[in-house]
Amino acid sequence: MPKLIPVPDALSKPFWDAVNQRRLVLQHCAACNRLQYPPQQACQVCNSAASLTWKEVEGRGHIAASIVIEDGRLNRRMPDQPYNLAMVTLDADQRVNFYSNLPGTPPYKVPVGAAVEVMFEEVAPGQLIHEWRVVA
Amino acid sequence: MSGPDRYQWRRDKDGLGVWEHRGKVAVAGVGHSPVDRRWDGVSMDKTLGAYSILACQKAMDDAGVTPDQIDGVICCDSHIAGGSGGSASQWAPRPYFPPPYDSEWGLTLVNAKWLIEQMHLPNVKFAPTGVPTISEMVGMAAQAVGDGVCSTCLVIYPTGNLEGRYRRGGENADDYARGARQWTAPWGNHGGNDFINIFPHGQYCRKYGGKHDDLAPFVVNQHRNGLLTPWGYNATHNVPQLTVEDYVNSRYILNPLRLWDCDRPVNASAAYLFTTAERARDMRQKPVYVLNHSQHNFRKRSTQEDLDEIEDWTDRAARRMYEGAGLGPAEVDIFNPYDGYAPMAQFFLEGFQWHGVKRGDAFAFYAGDIRVEGPHPFCSSGGNLGNGRTRTAMYTDCIEQLRGTAGARQVKVRAETALGAFTTPSSGGWIMFGKHPS
Ligand SMILES: [Zn+2]
Repeated sequence: MPKLIPVPDALSKPFWDAVNQRRLVLQHCAACNRLQYPPQQACQVCNSAASLTWKEVEGRGHIAASIVIEDGRLNRRMPDQPYNLAMVTLDADQRVNFYSNLPGTPPYKVPVGAAVEVMFEEVAPGQLIHEWRVVA
Repeated sequence: MSGPDRYQWRRDKDGLGVWEHRGKVAVAGVGHSPVDRRWDGVSMDKTLGAYSILACQKAMDDAGVTPDQIDGVICCDSHIAGGSGGSASQWAPRPYFPPPYDSEWGLTLVNAKWLIEQMHLPNVKFAPTGVPTISEMVGMAAQAVGDGVCSTCLVIYPTGNLEGRYRRGGENADDYARGARQWTAPWGNHGGNDFINIFPHGQYCRKYGGKHDDLAPFVVNQHRNGLLTPWGYNATHNVPQLTVEDYVNSRYILNPLRLWDCDRPVNASAAYLFTTAERARDMRQKPVYVLNHSQHNFRKRSTQEDLDEIEDWTDRAARRMYEGAGLGPAEVDIFNPYDGYAPMAQFFLEGFQWHGVKRGDAFAFYAGDIRVEGPHPFCSSGGNLGNGRTRTAMYTDCIEQLRGTAGARQVKVRAETALGAFTTPSSGGWIMFGKHPS
C-alpha cells in the first residue's frame, strides 16, 4: 500500500511525533473540555490558543460511513484500487473523526457501525500513520 | 482600474435582515458561449478568452448595452480545476501564440484586465482581482451595483478544459501529503465536493432509509432538462437521453458514487449583465430583479463533515437566504440548487424545504413527478449534470423562467421567484431573483 507520506509542520509535529511512537495524541481545550482533530492554532469553539494542550486518547472508534475508491485521482494510490475509505468516529468524542482504509477488511466488505481500534502503519522509513482495524 | 481591495460585499452572517437593495438591482442580459468538451489547442476562435468575449457580447446584446456603458467587470480569474489541474488546466510548457494569446491569459485563464483590453471597454471603474467563483460573483455584482460602486456590470465565469486527465497533476501526483492534505490524502481523499458529500450521503441513506440508486430519477431528469437547454453540452453534442438502466449499470468512481453522479468538465464561458433596476427597465429585456444574495463558509469540526453538520449548514444557509429575501419556502417557484455531484442536491432541497420537502423525504420526492412540465419542476436548469460543468445553468434558468423565455423548459407552475446556487454545503452562495421588485 504506497500511501502518501504526511509532511509534519510546526502545528502538527507533536501529533506525528506521537504517532511515530504508536500513540494517538489529540489537542484538548481545557476551557471547553473538547478534543480537536486535526490540530488547529486555536480552539475551534472558544478561539483560545492558550487552553489547548495535547492529550493522549484511547484509540477506540466506530465506522460511521464507508466508500470504495475505484477511480481516484492520487497517482500514488492507483495500484491500491479498489480500496476502502471509511469515516471513523472516536468513541471518546464522536465529533472527532478520522479516515481509514481499514487494513484487513476486504473492499466492499465494510461493516458500517462496527467497532474499530487504532493501529499504526509505516508509510516511509520512520514515518507512521494512524490506521484503524475492525475489532474482531 | 481595480476595485477596492477590502470592499465588504458579502452577506455571510446570520440575522442580517432584509437585504437593503432588495429589488433595486436587476439582471438585464445573459450570454453563453458554445460548450466544448475541451479546447483543441488550434482553433483561436474557440479559446477560453474568445468564448468569454463572445459570452460578454451576447449578454450586452441581450440587454442592448454598448461597450462604453460597461463600468464594472467581475471575471473569475482562477482555474476551475485548481491546484491539481494538471495538463488539462495549463497550456505551458506548450509554446504560446502571438498576442493576445502570449500567456495563459485567454487560453486557460481569463481576467478582467485581459477582457477589458480585448473588448476595448473604455469606462470600467470596478474590476476586482482575486475574484471568487460564480456563486459569490453574482452576489458581489448585486451588492456592487446596489452600493453604487458600478452601475452596469458584466459577470463572467470561464471554465477551461484542455487535453489530459482532469485534476491528475500537481498535488495529486505528489508522493507527499502537505498542509491540510496531511489529514486526508494518505488515506486516499484527494479533496473535492464528491468526498465532501459521499460520506454524509451514506449516513443519510442509513438514517432515513434508502439506497444510493434512489438518485437515479433525479439524475435522469437532470439529463432530460439538459437536453431541453439549447446552449448546453448535452443538447449541442447529441448526447442520448440517460436512462435509469444506464445509470444503475454505470461504473463506480467512489463507490457508491457512479460516473453519472459526476458532471462533465467542459471548455465554456458565460456572462451576465447586472445593473440597477431603474436602468434595467429601459433595456431590451424584462428585468429580472435580485431579491437577495447570501454567502456562507462553514468550518467543519473534524476531518470529514458529517450529516449533522451538513444539515445544520444547509438549514442556516436557508434561513439567511429567506430572511434577506423576505420570502419563505412556499414562495419560491423555481429552485436550482447545485448538483455538481448528485448526492448533494437532497441536502439543499430539504434544508430549503422547497415544495414542503422535509429531512429524509428527498428520495420519495425524486420518485414523483419532477419534470419541468409537472407540479414539482425541481432543478429546471438541468444543472451541471445535464449541461456540463459550466456551473452557470442554474442562474440562466432562473432568469429565463422569470422572463418566460425558458422554451421547452418553461415550467407550467407559477414562475415569479427563483432561487439558484453554485455551492457546496460548506461554502458558496445563493441568489434569489424575482419577476417583480417586491
Ligand atoms: Zn475551547
